[in-house]
Amino acid sequence: MDKFTTLSGIAAPLPLINIDTDMIIPKQFLKTIKRSGLGVNLFDEMRYDDDRNEIADFVLNKPQYREAEIIVAGDNFGCGSSREHAPWAIKDFGIRCVIAPSFADIFYNNCFKNGILPIALPQDQVDVLMKDAEKGSNARIAVDLEAQTITSSDGEVFHFDVDAFKKHCLMNGLDDIGLTMEKVASITAFEDQAATSRPWV
Amino acid sequence: MSPKTLYDKIWDAHVAHEADDGTCLLYIDRHLVHEVTSPQAFEGLRMTGRKVHAPDKTIAVPDHNVPTTLDRANAATMTEDSRIQVAALDTNAREFGLHYYPVSDVRQGIVHIVGPEQGWTLPGMTVVCGDSHTATHGAFGALAHGIGTSEVEHVLATQTLIQRRAKNMKVEITGKLRPGVTAKDITMSVIGKTGTAGGTGYVIEYCGEAIRDLSMEGRMTVCNMAIEGGARAGLIAPDEKTFAYCNGRPHAPKGAQWEAALAWWKTLYSDDDAHWDKVVTLKGEDIAPSVTWGTSPEDVLPITATVPSPDEFTGGKVDAAQRSLDYMGLTAGTPLSDIKIDTVFIGSCTNGRIEDLRAAAAILKGKKIAVSRAMVVPGSGLVRAQAEEEGLAQIFIDAGFEWRMAGCSMCLAMNPDQLAPGERCAATSNRNFEGRQGRGGRTHLMSPQMAAAAAITGHLTDVREMM
Repeated sequence: MDKFTTLSGIAAPLPLINIDTDMIIPKQFLKTIKRSGLGVNLFDEMRYDDDRNEIADFVLNKPQYREAEIIVAGDNFGCGSSREHAPWAIKDFGIRCVIAPSFADIFYNNCFKNGILPIALPQDQVDVLMKDAEKGSNARIAVDLEAQTITSSDGEVFHFDVDAFKKHCLMNGLDDIGLTMEKVASITAFEDQAATSRPWV
Repeated sequence: MSPKTLYDKIWDAHVAHEADDGTCLLYIDRHLVHEVTSPQAFEGLRMTGRKVHAPDKTIAVPDHNVPTTLDRANAATMTEDSRIQVAALDTNAREFGLHYYPVSDVRQGIVHIVGPEQGWTLPGMTVVCGDSHTATHGAFGALAHGIGTSEVEHVLATQTLIQRRAKNMKVEITGKLRPGVTAKDITMSVIGKTGTAGGTGYVIEYCGEAIRDLSMEGRMTVCNMAIEGGARAGLIAPDEKTFAYCNGRPHAPKGAQWEAALAWWKTLYSDDDAHWDKVVTLKGEDIAPSVTWGTSPEDVLPITATVPSPDEFTGGKVDAAQRSLDYMGLTAGTPLSDIKIDTVFIGSCTNGRIEDLRAAAAILKGKKIAVSRAMVVPGSGLVRAQAEEEGLAQIFIDAGFEWRMAGCSMCLAMNPDQLAPGERCAATSNRNFEGRQGRGGRTHLMSPQMAAAAAITGHLTDVREMM
């Protein structure tokens, strides 16, 4: 997995609440058996018209946001389906960080497995960063995972919380499965004990 | 011993390892796998030379993009990418030695209907699947939730998940439901009250007289939509109805093991003085037959209400409501029962079980549909067979419904069962998101009874007028 340490980039404003994973990557793109190549279909139905032409006023189609690496969005980002195609599409587009007042649990978790940092901040702080994002390519937002800070283009600093284990894995690009397999003795011991206490399982 | 919730009890029974910071390895008893969210996980195993840790606890069934037309045995009815995905599941299930129900098997169906039907889902278990509606299995007092594909790979390789304990939320539905009010109306009304993010970070336990009165099918409907309220998992404490449902299922324990299981299952309830981080209470008698008007499952109103105006909301919901009305082609102040319907879809892991089909058929018997198309997609081949045996299929066919094969179908429209732009659908499924049932499609969520009523009149209808 790609490491995430610091990022200074353009942020795209998406001031909608309840952005669901069907919006992020519609179902017709879930038929792939690969993880890559979904960026072109990120927010597909908002981004393209029926003839597959770009819709000019959608944020990621605007010249100043084509290189965006951060999304600033409304409450409950990533709700709905568990499809990991959503973070795959976000990552493939080039977004490494999503900032919102809150995230749906499964999406939030999926981000960390893919080198994406989701940051939940109070609404008033998201409002400041949303205004910053609206300035386009003139404003770069800086994220420092080690220090757990976001710095707006005006130099305003916000602290964010992140689970220590998730932070550790993201900063070092660690493979969860490899880490868990180091604890195989605990898993085997659990199975031995469960074979006695709950043999029907 | 300190009092515990049901969630705490199941959690404590499954911690295989706990780190100093509280990060746990939670052991997984049942892993359900379908074709859409698993190919990359199996590919990951191959690339790293890893095996499936517990193939005997892993159950595979294709459901999301299989056709539901009667001619589906002919693979040519599938698009090439769907065919490849289903074929990949077939290869993976056989190669890794999983329990497997292919399309040709009468037991095939929606993974969340097949699991309980076959007795894979039992009280006190941990159940996961790369699908958010895994919450369904919570109806058995199993801790069940959706996971992403990376976690699917993690469970395949280790039979565990890296987890931290969630918070406990109690949703109590007191008293009795009124006639015409169903499990679907309960779960939708709860989301209408708490919002789609109200359950984020929590596991919900549903309790109270109205929940206890529900059948197992109804309880599955309630837990199924816990995720629409933001909670990864919903739970209902097991009771005699649960045990009766499980008893005799193909993979349920038998003999002495059944007795041992039963003894443990009877301890699975929240202690009287357990701590709840959040409590929500609704009176059963206050719940009405409900429909959604917008593009979020929280946009719920009784059928007797009118389309709301965006200025009735605050914050980001003002713009969201306007966007929903524009998308849905609705005007504030319109009575919900005046909204004309083009299509009716009865099915899904929310409402594709035998009881749902019975309820819809009871309304439809001897009637004809007044919509341009209507389809019933049974949740499994066995539900389909039972409905045919009970004469329900003929009632649907006589009314003008298409009688389909089992699958997820128009709930998420990955197969050809899709809405056209602007087409308005009365659906018994779980999500009314923009484009969910097809680009530009307009979805109103409701119970099977309400969907049947809408099919007969051609507009959203209070089913109580037909009872």
